[in-house]
Amino acid sequence: MSRPSATVAKRDPVPVFAALGDTNRLMLVLTLRDGQSRSISRLTSDFRMSRQAITKHLHVLEQAGIVRSRRVGRENHFSYVPEPIEDVRSYLDRVCEEWDDALSRLKSFVED
Amino acid sequence: MKDSIEKSIELKAPVERVWHALTDHRQFGEWFRVKLDGPFEVGEVSRGHITYPGYEHVQWEARIQAMEPERLFSFTWHPYAVDPDRDYVDEPPTLVEFRLEPISGGTRLVITESGFSRIPEGRRMEALRMNESGWEEQTSNIQAYVEA
Repeated sequence: MSRPSATVAKRDPVPVFAALGDTNRLMLVLTLRDGQSRSISRLTSDFRMSRQAITKHLHVLEQAGIVRSRRVGRENHFSYVPEPIEDVRSYLDRVCEEWDDALSRLKSFVED
Repeated sequence: MKDSIEKSIELKAPVERVWHALTDHRQFGEWFRVKLDGPFEVGEVSRGHITYPGYEHVQWEARIQAMEPERLFSFTWHPYAVDPDRDYVDEPPTLVEFRLEPISGGTRLVITESGFSRIPEGRRMEALRMNESGWEEQTSNIQAYVEA
């Protein structure tokens, strides 16, 4: 990723992980990941969930920055924002790198 | 993107040697690059500071969760890895587990760090209400999502 690491470090990964930790929200993200924005009515009929439930889930995703809403006529349209998920991915990559470094030091420590 | 990471490494050293490298606080400090104030004790908080060049100002703090001789060593902590200037106190800790297994010619060490998806305290009730199937399943959902 070309994003400077300082930006990556500033985003708190926990709310993003938490927002994704729900089957329904995960399905919403998968649906919206095609880049097309959709209204609550459209998502409600696609998901066979109550309008209220869909609204709640979208709100959690919006709070975590994973979707954004835009007013279109009388309705809100929701679309996917890729950056938060890319950021938590790179967060984990960096945790992995730290462990790789530590493990190579452990290896020389015990094998010497 | 899973909510945990796992690393596996084969070490050309007997399990006993690796166990001491992990659980003797001075030996741990050598390779982890941390100067610890005292020995690890289950249930207790271990404190010290990082000796990694450039990160000497960073405090080390972890709560030891398990020490099963030559099998499992684990602690919870706030991973310092990403940003040493940041205060992680309000974030949920992650669990780091070191599992040891004898193999021919040495030891297999598996490290997992998990719990990145734990919910901040203030939002727990809301999330529980909305979430019927439990965290374990959710975690595998994220995994399936990412690995698909």
